[in-house]
Amino acid sequence: MEIVEKMTLNVDRIRKDFPIFDYPDNNNLTYLDNAATTQRPTQVLEEISRYYREYNANTHRGAYRNAEKATLAYEDAREKIARLINARSSREIIFVRGATEAINTAARGWGDRFVRPDDEILITEMEHHSNIVPWQMLVKRRNARLCYWAFDERNGMLEPDGLRIMLSSSTRLLALTHVSNALGTINPVKEIIHAAHARKITVLVDAAQSIPHMPVDVQDLDADMLVFSGHKLYGPTGIGVFYAKEEILNAMDPVQFGGDMIEHVDYFESTWNDLPWKFEGGTPNIAGGIGLGAAVDYVNQIGMEIISGHEKQLVQYALEKLSGVEGVRVYGPMDPDQHGSAVSFTLDRVHPHDLATWLDQHNIAIRSGHHCAQPVMRKLGVPATARISFGVYNTIQEIDRFIIALEQAKEYFSKWL
Amino acid sequence: MAIDDLYQEILMDHYKNPRNKGKLHDADLEVHAKNPFCGDEVELDIIWDGGRIKDIHFVGQGCVISQASVSLLTEHVKGKTLEEIEEVIQEFSAMIRGELEKIDEDKLDELCALQGVSKFPTRIKCALLAWNTLKKVVQERKAELEGKGKVG
Repeated sequence: MEIVEKMTLNVDRIRKDFPIFDYPDNNNLTYLDNAATTQRPTQVLEEISRYYREYNANTHRGAYRNAEKATLAYEDAREKIARLINARSSREIIFVRGATEAINTAARGWGDRFVRPDDEILITEMEHHSNIVPWQMLVKRRNARLCYWAFDERNGMLEPDGLRIMLSSSTRLLALTHVSNALGTINPVKEIIHAAHARKITVLVDAAQSIPHMPVDVQDLDADMLVFSGHKLYGPTGIGVFYAKEEILNAMDPVQFGGDMIEHVDYFESTWNDLPWKFEGGTPNIAGGIGLGAAVDYVNQIGMEIISGHEKQLVQYALEKLSGVEGVRVYGPMDPDQHGSAVSFTLDRVHPHDLATWLDQHNIAIRSGHHCAQPVMRKLGVPATARISFGVYNTIQEIDRFIIALEQAKEYFSKWL
Repeated sequence: MAIDDLYQEILMDHYKNPRNKGKLHDADLEVHAKNPFCGDEVELDIIWDGGRIKDIHFVGQGCVISQASVSLLTEHVKGKTLEEIEEVIQEFSAMIRGELEKIDEDKLDELCALQGVSKFPTRIKCALLAWNTLKKVVQERKAELEGKGKVG
């Protein structure tokens, strides 16, 4: 009996953890934009507030009690994150502002050091701008080349032969997303990393859209580098993680220079602090780190497997329901086992932006636009799509509500168009 | 704010039957505007007659607001002088941003159909996409003509 209870999610109880749903102005808010950012539970908000109210001090510096307490809380959060992704050690967890800063750190600290002229950086056609532009800039700095692994626009899956065709003796790095924010595609990163490693190619995984929704084990995947943002995992904004294997971090140059990241500073030369602090110049986002630690506790307490199972049900239901609406085109894989928690679609003759405004009148928040993935939109041949994306607190009833509103929007606009 | 305040019949008509849409092949100027927020794109093709817009067309795709807005723009500025256009742009932009205490319906005419946008802040960029571009074009044209000593 206890096992059965553990396996199912009590969504009503979970929603009570999120004060935004109780805020009077948000009366009956259906929040379906979790791929952009999630809401934060009271447990996270209180932990952040507790740091500021009860033991606010700078980390790694003071010789007084609160400084020690702040340092311990911040480093404890790092340990929690290391366990969440099964890193070998918390030395492999670098706190950054988010996935974007993490990829920029990799491009500067690893790329500037190890990418040589005429080397190739391979990325996929379904990347977020944050996993495109840092590499565009790197290849310009290093006179290297950027190559794209195509996806099939019919099903949103990477071309199965793409890796074999695209990998060459010049390929230095493969950077790809675990789950596409624009298509929802779950990429088989474990197999891909295995194939890349057979050619001695380093792999960076953008896990921004997978970490909040499924168990991710960096050792099992054998990812060389992996990045994600805290605010998509029920944590605060402005904090994220750059994971890399210790030997890679040791070989990399730091990219932020200043206080805390140094060991010894002379007039003209300096040496670097140990991992992970070598990469964390300046006073860090202490409250952010502590808040993210609390968010990790929160999802662990529910269980990532359970969250994942719940969201898979939502995705399956949404894919079925959306496909049943005449005039709707759904993008990405139709198999819920291959589809993460974001579902992109268009409604015939109604621009996604108009649809989003219309749904907002019904207190349903969805995303419309290019999802920071303009190459994906170009490939799909649309300027924009609408996207719904789920979190732990979403329900089947909310999808029903959304579908009814979508039908009404269709009717409203078809009067005119 | 009701949704009908935003989607007025005039706008729907301009969206469905856009005026002056399609390339002007003998255009003096072709400018592109892009809304990085939603990916909407608009191209303006202009033929000058000194300090006046002799003809203007647009090409683009996007939401009701951005497309109806650019369609109305072309109707409203065709044949007008640079000074007249600047005045309309200023008045129109102020209306969209909700900065006008009283809307001058004589001056803005059909453009008043877009006044509901001011109540939908996330859509202001859609409504102003083509207008902001035209504003720059007019400024550059004025500078160009002043350089040649034809006006001023």
